[in-house]
Amino acid sequence: MCGIVGLFLKNEALQPELGRLTGLMLHEMVGRGPDSAGFAIYETPVTATKISCLSLTGSTDWLALARQLTQAIEAPVDVHEIEDHAILHTTGDGALARNRIIEVAPDVTVLSVGHAIELYKGIGDPDAIATRFGLAQRAGRHAIAHTRMATESAVVIAGSHPFSTGADTCLVHNGSLSNHNRLRQSLRRRGETFQTENDSEVAAGYLAWRMREGDSLEAAIERALHDLDGFYTLAIGTRDGFAVVRDAIACKPAIIAETEDWVAMSSEFRAIARLPGVANADIWEPKPATVYAWSHAA
Amino acid sequence: MTTKPIDLDSAFLSLREVNAALQAATSGAFRVLNPGGEHALACGLDAAIEVTIDGHAGYYCGGMNKHASITVSGNAGTGCAENIMSGAVRVRGDVSQSLAATGHGGLVVVEGSASARAGISMKGVDIVVGGDVGHMSAFMAQAGHLVVLGDAGTDLGDSIYEAEIFVRGAVASLGADCEEKPLDEEHKAVLDLLLQRAGFNVDPAAFRRYGSARRLYHFSVDHMGEY
Repeated sequence: MCGIVGLFLKNEALQPELGRLTGLMLHEMVGRGPDSAGFAIYETPVTATKISCLSLTGSTDWLALARQLTQAIEAPVDVHEIEDHAILHTTGDGALARNRIIEVAPDVTVLSVGHAIELYKGIGDPDAIATRFGLAQRAGRHAIAHTRMATESAVVIAGSHPFSTGADTCLVHNGSLSNHNRLRQSLRRRGETFQTENDSEVAAGYLAWRMREGDSLEAAIERALHDLDGFYTLAIGTRDGFAVVRDAIACKPAIIAETEDWVAMSSEFRAIARLPGVANADIWEPKPATVYAWSHAA
Repeated sequence: MTTKPIDLDSAFLSLREVNAALQAATSGAFRVLNPGGEHALACGLDAAIEVTIDGHAGYYCGGMNKHASITVSGNAGTGCAENIMSGAVRVRGDVSQSLAATGHGGLVVVEGSASARAGISMKGVDIVVGGDVGHMSAFMAQAGHLVVLGDAGTDLGDSIYEAEIFVRGAVASLGADCEEKPLDEEHKAVLDLLLQRAGFNVDPAAFRRYGSARRLYHFSVDHMGEY
């Protein structure tokens, strides 16, 4: 099972509402995934790099980690602690910082790195997770979120979505990949670092690798349709955009709705049913092996 | 006879209360307001009542229907009219995958389009789709009719048994053991009646007919000894 939602705001006036609306959508998907949840909020890009981190022990000394990082990347690192997460802000090299954290802090998972993205995840009731991290109060330009029903691995935070491996890129996945082990090996040889054994993280890593090689988001997804073997509906967030794709068999559900003000996708219509202006939305089911993408960039 | 329908408002009633009221009714007309994409709306009805769902429905709307006539004014999700036995289900918008899956009888009309696997394993239901149908439609279809006014996706009628398919638009590809067959006068008459019942005023002669080529392994007399 699992539920996924994505909301892309076309109307800037709605930006203060992004978190609240995403929370409404997430709530409707609790039945599809009561075990765990996570969400990525994309704000207007800032100059500093934001690094979203999760403490696996809940007792990470963030200030000590920040001091270590400051030395390693030769740039100041600020800490914003929220529950068992910390958002680190730095003007230094984000990718270098990510690798350094993975190297020196085994009790920390780096959830995302970028100028727009912040990423939060947890295990347990999705509504409680949204409340814990103040989702409803968050403003931004687009968001994706996931509710998980664990079927092939334990209910552990490593299995919670979204997954991000590249700058400002993340995805949520409903389905399962069958060639993720071999793909992970080949991506590792190409310099990607993975923090879990989860199949969805491999899909995120694959897209990050393609975009680092110069592919546009659409081109990277087109190639993924060829290289990812398995069942999937994916919602993908990037710095400026949002995309949806389903595999060629399209067993995993997806629905998209669009108005003048927003584009929303979800596993089921009921997650979209409470958005403002939905009565006049264009509503359709994305076709198999077809990329749907939107961007804030002109 | 025009009687004002009884309104059941999902904004105030739970899904179970709505369904219990519909399942208890033996006659009359009902309207479900604010359906909000809820699943299993108007399932398991067993009387000749009229139900209008005023909005979008979730999964399995009108499932297992007997005798009742159900209309969805918006879209419906996966498995609409699943295992329908008799009566009618009409959707004014689009439907998701597995429309009328395993349906035994009755009439299912979609005024918009249906996605993948429409009529999968159908066992006697008549399905008329005003728009397109997705890939693998009428997969293993055993009996009944699938009529498509628009186009059909890939692998139409894969492993079909004795159901009949009529498509007016383009067929992306036929599935295993499905072939085009002649559209004779007797078939046009059957099709004409289906189109009339569904409320579509179109020419039956514009359709092509598809069905089983009966060449799959289990149809071959050479394999009799294996059973």
